[in-house]
Amino acid sequence: MNKQLLLGAEAVAVGAIDAGISGVYAYPGTPSTEITEFIQKSKDAQSRKIRSKWAANEKTAYEAALGMSFAGKRSIVCMKHVGLNVCADPFMNSAITGVNGGLILVVADDPSMHSSQDEQDSRAYGRFAMLPLLEPATQQEAYDAVRFGLDLSEAVKLPVVLRLTTRMSHSRAVIERKAMRDQNAFNPDVNTRQWILLPAIAKKNYAGLIDKQTAIEKSSAESPFNKVVEGKGKKAVIAFGIGYNYVMEVCKTNNLELPVLKISQYPLPKDMVQSFIDKYDDILIVEEGYPIYEELLRGFSDNKKFRGRLDGALPRMGELSPDAVAPALGVKPVVGQPVPDIMVNRPPALCVGCSHRDLYEELNSVLANYPNKCVFGDIGCYTLGALPPYSAINSCVDMGASITMAKGAAESGVHPAVAVIGDSTFTHSGMTGLLDCVNDNVQVTIIISDNSTTAMTGGQDSAGTNKMVDICKGLGVEPEHIVTIVPVKPRLEQNIEIIKKEIDYKGVSVILAQRECMQTLARKKKAAKK
Amino acid sequence: MNKNIIIAGVGGQGILTIATILDMAAMHAGLNIKQAEVHGMSQRGGEVQTHLRIADGQIFSDLIPMGQADLILSVEPLESLRYLPYLKKDGAIVTSDEPFKNIGNYPDEQKVLDTVRKSAENVVFVDATKIANELGNPKSYNIVMLGAAARFIGISNADFEWAIGNLFGSKGQEVVDLNIKAFYATTK
Repeated sequence: MNKQLLLGAEAVAVGAIDAGISGVYAYPGTPSTEITEFIQKSKDAQSRKIRSKWAANEKTAYEAALGMSFAGKRSIVCMKHVGLNVCADPFMNSAITGVNGGLILVVADDPSMHSSQDEQDSRAYGRFAMLPLLEPATQQEAYDAVRFGLDLSEAVKLPVVLRLTTRMSHSRAVIERKAMRDQNAFNPDVNTRQWILLPAIAKKNYAGLIDKQTAIEKSSAESPFNKVVEGKGKKAVIAFGIGYNYVMEVCKTNNLELPVLKISQYPLPKDMVQSFIDKYDDILIVEEGYPIYEELLRGFSDNKKFRGRLDGALPRMGELSPDAVAPALGVKPVVGQPVPDIMVNRPPALCVGCSHRDLYEELNSVLANYPNKCVFGDIGCYTLGALPPYSAINSCVDMGASITMAKGAAESGVHPAVAVIGDSTFTHSGMTGLLDCVNDNVQVTIIISDNSTTAMTGGQDSAGTNKMVDICKGLGVEPEHIVTIVPVKPRLEQNIEIIKKEIDYKGVSVILAQRECMQTLARKKKAAKK
Repeated sequence: MNKNIIIAGVGGQGILTIATILDMAAMHAGLNIKQAEVHGMSQRGGEVQTHLRIADGQIFSDLIPMGQADLILSVEPLESLRYLPYLKKDGAIVTSDEPFKNIGNYPDEQKVLDTVRKSAENVVFVDATKIANELGNPKSYNIVMLGAAARFIGISNADFEWAIGNLFGSKGQEVVDLNIKAFYATTK
């Protein structure tokens, strides 16, 4: 079928398959997970032998994709915005090495922090690395941008960034597929020295990256994704990415004929932007994310003809919407009835029967007797232990931080210093922290709440399943202090005793709380019935 | 043709099944679609909603502007009220009358139903569990809800039948028939 109804994330996946990738590398993270999941399930991808298993983290994923590019093949690497922090090192340096086979970093930002700890804007990374960046406004553009981006990547020999946001990634529309392109031939780049970033070579490469800025700006100027929508009057809009949709929605509903410059490819095409801004007296800058380009266009002297998130014309933070944009275009939004007073919030909660529930009940029972306790949480379903009835954790910062924050706190005198981390988060970024704990023989209790899956993002394979004890042993935790418990009601008293004993141990202790995720278990049972 | 529909419920209630059938029916009818979903954290028993827009012309925004929804289709009564600022003056509410109480401070049940009744001129309560059970197919709860909403959507029943057949086709004709029966149980 040529036409398909797809999420933006899925449109990227199909676009990548059709554009001849040989592999996708990724660690799950909302709102990027569906890209890789789609490729994993795709018959087209299977018949073309596209590799698609989950990586341990974003850094290992990015480096593997770069290796595939070295070998001459096309690949994409997918992650959420904060995952790009984890792989910032290979990302920044891949701009210096350049690529052989086409390479796209697909990064999905989460403005409004629907499922994230910040709303950082990955376009800042695009500028930082001096790479081309695509920001589709429609699902069709998301599909097209993959092939366009891989072609561009091979033309300029640089990685290309494809930025999605939650709304683009998780919204469906019909897209039209194009003919499938063959995968690249095996062609390892062994004859150049560009991949060896010794200072002498890196300097040469960096000069090359600076030289390439002219070519990538030219590509933006000629981009099928950047365009001017003609209009009337002296007021105009520059709309970036999905911000364009909200502007056009308001214009269409209210019969406004505003001139709009749509930007979906960066770096900014300077002449195109300059000739547009010269024509108008009042220009609204609409960005789904940080006011990066608003700040740039305003300049140090703060040119007052620009309006946007910085002067309050648009909300300073959060996701945009037609209602957020309407007042800035002089339109009073029509609001329906207010939400009735009886309304209450319905926050997410741990599933009924979830192993994290039993674990928190046991842990709280033990820690009730320790007035100076601190529990450092991590990223996953078990972060919901912060909410009542458990209110069991004191922190949640970034992947793996539970272990190392517990370490630093213990070294400052906190006792008990407890870390609660999931199995997938532990293999993502917790193992090195555990090694630090072992090397310093610090008094911490590390609870790995192991449900054998990456649960919060929907139950993807976890890199360390069935390997947890061996990993902890290998990192040097004393075998008698790697203790396994099964968090279930009948074992409550027994588990409380075990946790108490390990908390009192004056060294590194790991408690593996192992019970499979209720969701993946239910899914397996359902599949077995079929 | 231009319809904005908010489908509401609690994470895990399966509102995306309703959205999928609506999408396929709209596609079959040759209409354009945009459907913004909630994935991630809220799916764990939290409030979830889908913005579904169908039109014969171009649709720009993935999100429905406030005051522009023609229909709120909710599989839970309290959740039908959460999105009232989006409902048009003459918009309709179709909701299940069965509360889903996974929170300690769920408001008084009768008060919730009374408030829904006052919130739009066209309000349809559906006893979806009872109807689905009587049909011998408790799983068809969401299809029963969709059937009750169909009259406000403007897509033909034939297109809905096609979509149901398409979605459940791989499970055999018996399952398809059961779901089509569930759909028609509430269309009138």
